[in-house]
Amino acid sequence: MSDVYVLGVDMIKFGRFPDRTVPNIGAEAALMALDDAGLTIKDMQAMYCGNLGQANAMVGQRILQEIGQTGIPVVNCANACATGATAFREAWMSIKAGIYDVVLAVGVEQMGKGLLGGAGGGDGIPKEGLLGSGTMPCVFAEAGMEHSKDHGTTFEQFAKISVKNHHHSTMNPKAMYQIETPLDVVMNAEMISYPNTKLMCSVNVDGSAAAVLVSEKKAKELGMGRAVRVKASALASDPYTDRDLVMPDVNACTRLAAEQAYEMAGVGPEDINLVELHDCFATAEMLHYENLGLCKDGEAGKMIDEGHVELGGKVPVNVSGGLLSKGHPLGATGIANIYEVCTHLRGEAGERQVEGAKLGMTHVIGLGTACGIHILEKV
Amino acid sequence: MSDKSLPAVSYLKIPDEGNPYLEGHKCENCGAVFLGERSVCSKCFSRDKMSAVKLQETGVLHSFSVVYRSFPGIDVPYVSAIVDLDGGGTVKGNLINIEPDPEKIDFGMKVKLTYQDALGRKDKEGNSYLSYFFEPA
Repeated sequence: MSDVYVLGVDMIKFGRFPDRTVPNIGAEAALMALDDAGLTIKDMQAMYCGNLGQANAMVGQRILQEIGQTGIPVVNCANACATGATAFREAWMSIKAGIYDVVLAVGVEQMGKGLLGGAGGGDGIPKEGLLGSGTMPCVFAEAGMEHSKDHGTTFEQFAKISVKNHHHSTMNPKAMYQIETPLDVVMNAEMISYPNTKLMCSVNVDGSAAAVLVSEKKAKELGMGRAVRVKASALASDPYTDRDLVMPDVNACTRLAAEQAYEMAGVGPEDINLVELHDCFATAEMLHYENLGLCKDGEAGKMIDEGHVELGGKVPVNVSGGLLSKGHPLGATGIANIYEVCTHLRGEAGERQVEGAKLGMTHVIGLGTACGIHILEKV
Repeated sequence: MSDKSLPAVSYLKIPDEGNPYLEGHKCENCGAVFLGERSVCSKCFSRDKMSAVKLQETGVLHSFSVVYRSFPGIDVPYVSAIVDLDGGGTVKGNLINIEPDPEKIDFGMKVKLTYQDALGRKDKEGNSYLSYFFEPA
């Protein structure tokens, strides 16, 4: 089977664009990725589009209506916060299967402000605040508190993750925010759901990201100059665990996908030079250091305390600023983190460049549950 | 409109005689306990091995969060708790009759179920509901 390469990839600067449409926001990133690849929409043989908010509204086709209706097959994907990664993976699969040589993957989302999850619906009376909380800050707080229970992880350690990611974002012009956010500011921000303060929750933003994937044959034909090899693509759903249906288990799902990705790539966590992982909440990032094998179980707190996950550390995590400061447009996130890793592998990340990066990992997890992991390699 | 309280969730049973209780569905093959009716076990994939069981009234606190921001109209702060019931089954609910202070809540603390009116919430027809809560045992 052919290796698959990312030939072009880009994202728009995340922000709030209430006056634009979802397809319009998606079209911008699609054109940027095409330009980055040096190709046009006429070269694309298929398109996979990830969007959650308008999952029933043919967003992919509407993007083509803005940038070129060539009649290619379009598949629209929705997979919670793994939506963008799923669209990318479907594009990868279609090339891996030998069906196409050049495929466009786009992720786009337009978000409102405010709390996600737990809004209720269903029969009878609203359940939020009656049977605990289904809001995302609470669900991920409960997952983090499980880590506190097992390993003594503190509020301050969780907060340090947010300090780190906000610091990283000061070097990323495409991040929603570029603001240094010291520990006392993070810890004294409004408490949303203990231990997650407002600054430990991802930012709801509008955004889009897109990638042009090509077969090895096509990459050689067009020149491998800035191409990045997709070394592994893994997607897992939540395997049965005892509490999963009451307390979504983001750990088991991530561990399953990570194991598959490492096996496919033939590498281990010690080989990875940078990671963009799903820091939807500061508590979530802590869990994934261990879930992705970046450290042993119980050592995640040490990873943040000792600076191993900062830019310049052993394995920098979320040098883009992460979802906490770059922002989290659900359907775009999975391709935006691929953009970030590719940018480092190409040596084009400027001030936040992870020096000598050869292998990078991206990770997203959507509750329900879907985990998408990609391992990317410098050519 | 019903003249008596309706259950807030399908797995809360209110018998005509006797006390309310939570109902689980247990797989006879592997022992997994689920909330709500089902015919196939998602752990061992057995079909038609599920039987209804009365869940126990006591358990231990597995994890929690103190919720300070919720949707408009919902009183905060409150404790959202994940409880492993003795004898099987994990249930999420509010932990009440305890100060909503993370420093004062212990993982592994023993809790018990209590059944009370659903915080005064009523449906469109004006029906009242009965819900379940946890409190320190």
